[in-house]
Amino acid sequence: MSDTHRNEVEPIGYVPVPQGYVSHSRLEKVLRSGRFAVTAELNPPDSADPEDVFQAAQPLGEVADAINATDASGANCHMSSIGICALLTRAGYSPVYQISCRDRNRIAIQGDVLGAAALGVSNVLCLTGDGVGVGDQPGAKPVFDFDSLTLLRTIRTMRDQGMFLSGRKITRPPQLFLGAAENPCIPPYDWRPDRLAKKVEAGAEYIQTNYIYDIPLFEKFMARVRDAGLDKKVFIIAGVGPIASARAARWMRSNVPGIHIPDQVIERMEKAEKPADEGKKICIELIQQIRDIAGVSGVHVMAYRREHVVSEIILESGALKGRKRARSS
Amino acid sequence: MYRMRLFAIRHARTFEWIYKCVERGMVAMDPLFAKIGYNRVERPIALVEKGVKTLLFDCKMCGQCVLSSTGMSCPMNCPKQLRNGPCGGVRPGEFCEVKPDMKCVWALAWNGASRMRDGADKIKEVLPPVEHTLKGSSSWLRVSREIAAHERETRDAARLALAEAFPEARENEPSAAPLAAEPLNAINRELKK
Ligand code: SF4
Repeated sequence: MSDTHRNEVEPIGYVPVPQGYVSHSRLEKVLRSGRFAVTAELNPPDSADPEDVFQAAQPLGEVADAINATDASGANCHMSSIGICALLTRAGYSPVYQISCRDRNRIAIQGDVLGAAALGVSNVLCLTGDGVGVGDQPGAKPVFDFDSLTLLRTIRTMRDQGMFLSGRKITRPPQLFLGAAENPCIPPYDWRPDRLAKKVEAGAEYIQTNYIYDIPLFEKFMARVRDAGLDKKVFIIAGVGPIASARAARWMRSNVPGIHIPDQVIERMEKAEKPADEGKKICIELIQQIRDIAGVSGVHVMAYRREHVVSEIILESGALKGRKRARSS
Repeated sequence: MYRMRLFAIRHARTFEWIYKCVERGMVAMDPLFAKIGYNRVERPIALVEKGVKTLLFDCKMCGQCVLSSTGMSCPMNCPKQLRNGPCGGVRPGEFCEVKPDMKCVWALAWNGASRMRDGADKIKEVLPPVEHTLKGSSSWLRVSREIAAHERETRDAARLALAEAFPEARENEPSAAPLAAEPLNAINRELKK
């Protein structure tokens, strides 16, 4: 199948969306056409230089249908996600605007959603956000005025009903493809699929998961997702990432919230002669296994400060080859 | 109290039942509350509510109690005050990301909900964000007043429908199909029966 949407540039400025779509998002087109999607995370710079963003985006843009701009993930302060999105749309990339509920209240967020849409952003990802305690400024005031679900419902209301949460009218509603996160590999395991259903109910159209290193656990989750018919209602993009070393993996496991790495994976890293290569290899294998799980529509690659390895991983994994049909509709 | 909170969640089904009884009782008292004035009963009832719910659920008096939809686990005890389920940071053993000594409020909530009669379905509904202007006010009173108002409306609607179905009778004998709302003491009498 030809890859027509790959280099399509999304419009900046108000253009009505085609029938059957909610946005001009390239990611939405790829997913709705049943092709296997690839998204990647951009590590936000600690600088005010736009070049830093462009340099990080360049290797990602080669393989990704959309680039995620993180919103102070891990509660660490970096360049803002909306700033990165503004730069990326200008350069012709398709960003995913990540919104965390930790730092801003409903007034700020609804305003930013309009601002982002006006800047040409077509994808948003609604997140709860990590607690402030794990970040670089633990004394900050945690906001959490919304949670990820009330945020989803609010943006959907803005888009579909054309109004703010106050009922005030929005003359030109934002045209956004709505996403949420899910973490299938951490407790409460039994309720994770229910939580996913609730996110779909709140308005999620695609899901990007946290890191998956435990395939059996993820398969169990996906089986329940399929039983509930959720894979027909929402596109599921599985999160993966290369581990740099066994030490880094251990550190992540105990210091970054919501990361589950099985002991076997760490052991394999320990035994490897070239840990960085091994980490890459593990990541490629994960992508190949994930591709074969029914109901999965794509992968989301997160490589902390190593954007250059992302395209190698994607190309070597064959994720883009022939772009298999992940979903028939 | 943390221990009491865990107890309440373990017995979520019993508390669900007790909650329904309290609700019915409060609705039945609507005419009385209306007579004294809802504004005047607000403070004493909020005080009682606070005492009881703080003891049982570590209630934070958000003023919009959703315990029946959250497995009797108060979501305001979640450090992120999430209203719709656990965050992505729950620790192994279902402990909280932010307060590692505490069980995740939402892991408890789903467990509690699975023991409840209606709560098991109610937890699936998406709840709105907290309305901060209502903090400190009585949820019990808000809910019972709303139910009572709704019941009154339904009653009135039925009466109006009846009156409209028999227009001629109404002309000749208004008391056979009255349109005017009944005075409160008449409803009071009705409720006592
Ligand atoms: S782990 Fe549970 S209780 Fe703690 S912040 Fe997350 S959802 Fe709230």
